[in-house]
Amino acid sequence: MTVQDEQANEPQSADSGNGSAAEAGRIFFDANSTTRPYPQVIETVAHHLRLAYANPGSRHAEGRKARRVFEEAREKIADLLGASPGEVIFTSGGTEASNMAISGFASCVPEAVALTAGEHPATSESCQALVQRGWELVNMAVDADGRLLQDQFAALPWEQLKLVTLILAHNETGVIQDTDALAQHCLQRGVPLHIDAVQAVGKIPINFRELQATSLSLGAHKFHGPRGIGALLLREGVNLAPLQYGGHQESGRRPGTEMVALAAGMARALEICHTDMNSRITALQTMRDELEQRLQATCEPTVINSPAGYRLPNTLNISFPGVDGEAMLVALDLTGIACSLGSTCSSGSAEPAPVLMAMGRPEDVYKSAVRFTLSSDNRPEEILIAAQRIAAVVKRLRDIASS
Amino acid sequence: MVQKPIYLDNHATTQCDPRVVAAMLPYFSETFGNAASTSHRFGWEAQDAVDQAREQVAALINTDPRNVVFTSGATEASNLAIKGLIQPLLRKSGSPPPNIITNKAEHRATLDPIKKMQRTDAAVTILPVDESGRVTPEQVADVLCDETSLVSIMLANNEIGTINPIVEIAELCRSRNVPLHCDAVQALGRLPIDFEELGADLVSLSAHKVYGPKGIGALIVRRGNRRARPEPLLDGGGHENGLRSGTLPVPSIVGFGAACQIAGDVLQVESDNVSSLRDVLWSRLSSELDGLQVNGHPTEKLPGNLNVSFEGIDGDVLMNSLKEIAVSSGSACTSAEPEPSHVLRAIGRSDQLTRASLRFGIGRFNTPEEIDYAADYVVETVNRLRNST
Repeated sequence: MTVQDEQANEPQSADSGNGSAAEAGRIFFDANSTTRPYPQVIETVAHHLRLAYANPGSRHAEGRKARRVFEEAREKIADLLGASPGEVIFTSGGTEASNMAISGFASCVPEAVALTAGEHPATSESCQALVQRGWELVNMAVDADGRLLQDQFAALPWEQLKLVTLILAHNETGVIQDTDALAQHCLQRGVPLHIDAVQAVGKIPINFRELQATSLSLGAHKFHGPRGIGALLLREGVNLAPLQYGGHQESGRRPGTEMVALAAGMARALEICHTDMNSRITALQTMRDELEQRLQATCEPTVINSPAGYRLPNTLNISFPGVDGEAMLVALDLTGIACSLGSTCSSGSAEPAPVLMAMGRPEDVYKSAVRFTLSSDNRPEEILIAAQRIAAVVKRLRDIASS
Repeated sequence: MVQKPIYLDNHATTQCDPRVVAAMLPYFSETFGNAASTSHRFGWEAQDAVDQAREQVAALINTDPRNVVFTSGATEASNLAIKGLIQPLLRKSGSPPPNIITNKAEHRATLDPIKKMQRTDAAVTILPVDESGRVTPEQVADVLCDETSLVSIMLANNEIGTINPIVEIAELCRSRNVPLHCDAVQALGRLPIDFEELGADLVSLSAHKVYGPKGIGALIVRRGNRRARPEPLLDGGGHENGLRSGTLPVPSIVGFGAACQIAGDVLQVESDNVSSLRDVLWSRLSSELDGLQVNGHPTEKLPGNLNVSFEGIDGDVLMNSLKEIAVSSGSACTSAEPEPSHVLRAIGRSDQLTRASLRFGIGRFNTPEEIDYAADYVVETVNRLRNST
């Protein structure tokens, strides 16, 4: 081989992006959209791209080495999330994982699927695709805080339900659902429960076994892992119609050449998130709460759209009535703050979040809602600067609106 | 000095080119935005990188960048093409079942979704191939009918490297207004591909076969042909023009783009190089060993491919004896594929010859010294095994 070895090619590039968006003074408060991979994750990915390059399906020494790297990643992820290695199916990300669960459990004769109101598009749109095939959707209602009403579960049309799907931590509001009662109902009735944990994994402790879900989706780039990889945890013994066919990989449940380097990077990221997780949570929460308090004090009136006590430690969804959310995003970007308005999917962040409508927020609240989501990349000293910039933008936009 | 084991399995996967890794790294760290974040600069920069990579991929096969739909790899791309076109037709009540034409030598990423469609009531014609592994336009013409909804024929075979006459088959399909899907995974970067000349409507591509990263590929979808627009496999955000939802893996996409750029720059030189290395390997093996059969077409063949069956030898023993070279074999259990090669069966090889076959895939990073060493090593090993029985 004439390929340069690891050392000859050490990451001169890992931190050399000059002229990029991460220039001095910019503050990234859009961590629920994506996160910057940890430096150790980038090293892991680059290392295995170079060295564990063989196809894990090959039986030669290189193939076996790649297989080992891949299976170690699987074991580590399983271990950190309270699953067994055989329950981890690697996918291209959270969207594929949720699609796999939804279309997989709904591969039978059309009946009904229950979902949380105001779901992430990966769920709501794959459920809409089912409607075109004759399925019925049952929306599970949320209260004004965005939490599932617990007294509705008994009355769900269990006889018709082939799947219940819920979002564990909401991407827009950060609200974390109580899943115990619903999981019990599902177990008793033998209806599969899928949990979209894309926003929760890496931010709060997750234990697949304790959640008692049938399946759970996650995506690495939400917890400082690489994009293009995620997983579906699928309870042992449960069969799911695959989304794609064409190989033995992942026991035929998800064919396609295994993404060795990305899987190793994903495992590394999760491992880092789970190291000192409690102190990470506290640090995030402290910064987020300070931002919230400062904005409440300086930008009156405000409405907090994420309920206290039941939300991700990094998420602040706040409305500034009298301000146009879109105008605010543009103005904040100009002052160096990256945040978002709605679900960051291909339509961009320019649509009102369906979850705020489901929570019954009036128009001037949901139209002025902005989502600030922090990560461990943020520094405490950014908070005061950000709060001042945001307050100035809010004041200016309100002045313009009232003049 | 030759470093061992020698990697000669470039049809299974290729080593990510160091230049590709270097191109990807900044997009993990500095420019890490979500390409769909339209409200801030982090997102715009990611989108610019995706646009550039899309142009690089498109340029390698001479197509409009808007035809490129990024997927997690070729398996997903082929599934998107096949399931995405056929499933909506299966749901239409009252119309006759859709008919799919393919052939025995396809990759499993094509055959398996087609068989799945067959189990859900599509009518499927699986054409035989000739002894070189080719499908002829006449064979396709004979079975094309009004109910045909999809033809799927690969450009170059992953095991024996045989190149199919896609241009002629595409003309036939076009004259009957039938969409043609073409798995061009092995051909990308190894043969010049011109999407317009090729004439297929849907083309599957993969980055990791062209010295790019694993976990990224593309389906090329011809715009403006409604019959060739699949319904998405994944919903949830409407990315990739509604054909493939999911946050775009920007670093992987950038890597795919860089890999295509490099492949385009070196294509002619590299394919001449690997062809001549392949020819050296074959002339050494064929002059020093008896009882060999080459699998595949003598001329219409991928430049780096050499697939040889060895008479009078047990396939598993052969494979297990070759510790110093990384190749793959037609035998069961030598790759993770559960069955002996269906391609070698399809070209009429006996069970023994199928099992006792080796696939050499010569690639960018192989050197003449490595080929010499591999030839010595294979000759010596085969002689030893034959003498011991």
